[in-house]
Order: sequence, then structure tokens, then C-alpha cells
Amino acid sequence: MSLAHRIIPCLDTDGDRVVKGVNFVGLRDAGDPVALAARYNAEGADELVVLDIAASRDRRPTFLETIRRVAAQLAIPLTAGGGIRTLEDARAVVRAGADKITVNTAAVERPELISELSREFGAQAVVLAIDAKRSGDHWDVMVRGGRESASRNAVAWAKGGVGCGAGEILLTSVDRDGTQSGFDVALTAAISKSVMPVNHSALPCKSSVHRTIAARVGAARKKLLIQPSRTADSGHKSETLKIRRARFNLLSHVPDSPVNNGGLSTSRKSERLNKKLPSTAEEQAKDK
Amino acid sequence: MKITIVDYGAGNVPSVERALQRLGADSQRTTSPECVSNAEALLLPGVGHIAALVRALDEQNLRAPLIDAIHRGVPFLGICLGLQVLYESSEEAPQLNGLHLLPGKVSALPSNVKLPHMGWNQVAVKLESRLLQGIPKDAYFYFAHSYAARDSNEAAVATCTHGAEFAAILEQQNIYAVQFHPEKSGAPGARVLQNFLRLAA
Repeated sequence: MSLAHRIIPCLDTDGDRVVKGVNFVGLRDAGDPVALAARYNAEGADELVVLDIAASRDRRPTFLETIRRVAAQLAIPLTAGGGIRTLEDARAVVRAGADKITVNTAAVERPELISELSREFGAQAVVLAIDAKRSGDHWDVMVRGGRESASRNAVAWAKGGVGCGAGEILLTSVDRDGTQSGFDVALTAAISKSVMPVNHSALPCKSSVHRTIAARVGAARKKLLIQPSRTADSGHKSETLKIRRARFNLLSHVPDSPVNNGGLSTSRKSERLNKKLPSTAEEQAKDK
Repeated sequence: MKITIVDYGAGNVPSVERALQRLGADSQRTTSPECVSNAEALLLPGVGHIAALVRALDEQNLRAPLIDAIHRGVPFLGICLGLQVLYESSEEAPQLNGLHLLPGKVSALPSNVKLPHMGWNQVAVKLESRLLQGIPKDAYFYFAHSYAARDSNEAAVATCTHGAEFAAILEQQNIYAVQFHPEKSGAPGARVLQNFLRLAA
């Protein structure tokens, strides 16, 4: 009995539409958030994240309405954020139906925001989003939608954010975002080692599980939450990927896609998922 | 039959309402002692800090009518903090009094595991469970908590383990309580709520 790894589609929205880009730029329309939310819910996603990437004040009511309509579709937890700067902003998002709030730029500028939210809603409801970009031998925290460097070490910031009361981290590799070139495993490992549950974003690597899921989640920028089970000394190496059975439904409508060319039948893939899989790191190494 | 949801301001009340709506159940929110006293079935959701729940129950004079209704046999479902508050007290707010409907204390999960215990986990069935009827043994439920009822208790029909074993489902006469969030646990969660509706009818 242990926590299952979670598959968490993340919908970046602008107004009432889902958008998708590569490395945070070149956004294009990717559909209706309400319809996508209903589909992910029905097909076995573990949670859903909806981010307002425009985060402009005048479009806030539209975003809150999107949250309301998305929440009405879900029987799974909903995390929402983008542009949350104050406790009052967060309350509005929670009132609209979010179970958790995610903060990013505002928390970098004023880390006490995390404590304020944690006190009001509990640590389990506070998700610290970190957009990290490699810079030499470390990763920099990027803010304002990945456009500006905060000149802060991402690993240290993760630890600091957790110290302030964040219950989860939603980690996005700016370098890998939308490129379908795999997780930044080194980044995840570094942050995971320093903290706790890491919400790993930035996409489909070549391991079968991620490939399959990535293809399925195709419409939007996606985040997979990889929560390594606690084997103190093993790090990622000997981890196995445990996924709830419901997840197998994800496989039933996998469209053909460049990242889903395994050629296995649905049932074979299910079998494969059902077995203990080698870790992401191992498979990635193998694929290289 | 109408489910009366004790609305102390918890963030998950709307989710619980939507989950009940999807099952076609009639529900009302209340903060009034009279409504609690007259309820046909009671649901106490909760998420966040237990002090907020205990203080709200006391400030709104809901403690006595709630305990009284449960003693009279009104079907009760507690969710998350709604389970924890049934005990004598919780380490999260040791100075505050729980409802004393179950013996023992709620304590923190061990610090050698990642906290909060958040995500999808399975439960180990110890005794025949009415809430779990029709649900596969290996089903996953959504948990989000750092404190839990770790004392062994005969009301615990199913347990979960995260660093330590704790009560996941309590069933004792008309008292039902779950540490996970059925309103966020997809199909198995919906079935738990449906089972409660059936038991309460």
C-alpha cells in the first residue's frame, strides 16, 4: 500500500480557451477547457491543473468562470492559479471550486504569501509552481510566464517554499516545455531530494508510460506528477512506477502521434503498465 | 431524504454538494443548530486546520445538537476533518476538545514520510464495510492530510498506511467517517457516497 503516481493534465488557459506553446512561447489555441476537463475526468486523470497564463486583471472574471465550469465537471481534485497575488485572489479561486491554489511569481516576490495561504487553506491546498531554466550547473527560477529570471536557485527556492508552507511543487522545465523531449530528470531529482512531493512537468520522455500518457494528454501543455515512493537510499534508480488502474482507460483513445509509435495494442500496453516498470531514469538512459 | 451538510466554511463543501447532486441526492447547507437538530442525515465535510472546524462548531452552537443527533441515531458521515473531530482531541490543536464520540486522540503522521499524505492510496479492509460495498478491494481513494487516527479502534473497518497505519474508514452504528475525500475520489468515491445515501435512507 503506497501512494500511486499521479497523472495530472495541466491546462494553460487564456480567457476561456486552452492554449499551448513550446518553451512558453508561440501559444496556439488548444480547445475548450470545460470539454477537456470532462474528458480527462472520465478517462482517469488523477487531478487537473488549470492555469491562467494571461493573468491579466481585466480577464479575471472570465478565468473564475472557467474554474467554476471546469470544477462542475470534476470528481477529482482541481488546482488553479495564475496571477494569484493576494489572499483575496486565492479565496476567489477557491470559492469558484478549486481544491488547491498554485502561486508562482507573487510568491517569489513575497514568500510570506505562501505562509498566508497555508494558514488559511492548509498546506495540502498550497502548490508552489516553479518554472526552472538551466543555467550552467544549476537551474534558475523564471517568473512572469517564464520570461524573466528571478536570479534565484530553483532547488533552494523549492526548499524555501516548502519551509514557508507549500504542500506540493508544480515543477516545469522551461527548456523542455512542450518540446516532447522528455522530463528534465536531473532537475526533478535535485528538487525531489531537497523537498517532498514534486509535481513534475515538461513532458513526454521516451519511456513507454510517459509516451503513452503524453500522447493522450496531447491537447495542452501537460504536467505529470511523479511522486517517487520513499525508498530512502535509492533515489530514482530503483523506483517503480505505480499507477492506479483507472489510468488504463487513458490508453483506449490514444491517437497516433509521433510520440506514440510503440506499435503495441491497447491491451499489451495495459499489461506493460501493469507490470513493474523500470524507472524513468533507467528507461531514458536505455533509450539513449 | 435530505442530507444536511454542516457548512462551517470548509473549502470542500461545494465539491461535496456537486458529488451529491451527481448522485441525484437532495442536500442543504446549514450553520443553524435547529437545522442540525432536525436533520434526517448529517454530513460533516472538512479540510484544512482542525481548529477552524472545532471553533466554528462551538461559535455557531452546533456541538450539542450535532452530538445529540448522532446519539439519537441520525445517520452521520464525516469526511477528513469530519472523521478526526469525532475523537477526543487532535495533536494539531491539543488545547481544543473534539466531539468525544470515539475514544482516543488524532495524532500527526510520522515525519519520516512525505507530508501531507496527499494523493491516491489504497485501503486495507479489516472488517466488513458497508461503505465499501460494491467497490473493488484494490480501489484508490484521494487523501490529503497530515494528521490521522492512529490508535487502533474497533470502529475502523479499513485502514491505510503512510508512515503509520491509521483509520481510513470508520463505521459504528449510525456513525460513518472516511479520512479520504470521496467527493474527489472519482468512481469509487461516488460509490462510497452512494452507499451512505442508501444506508441513511
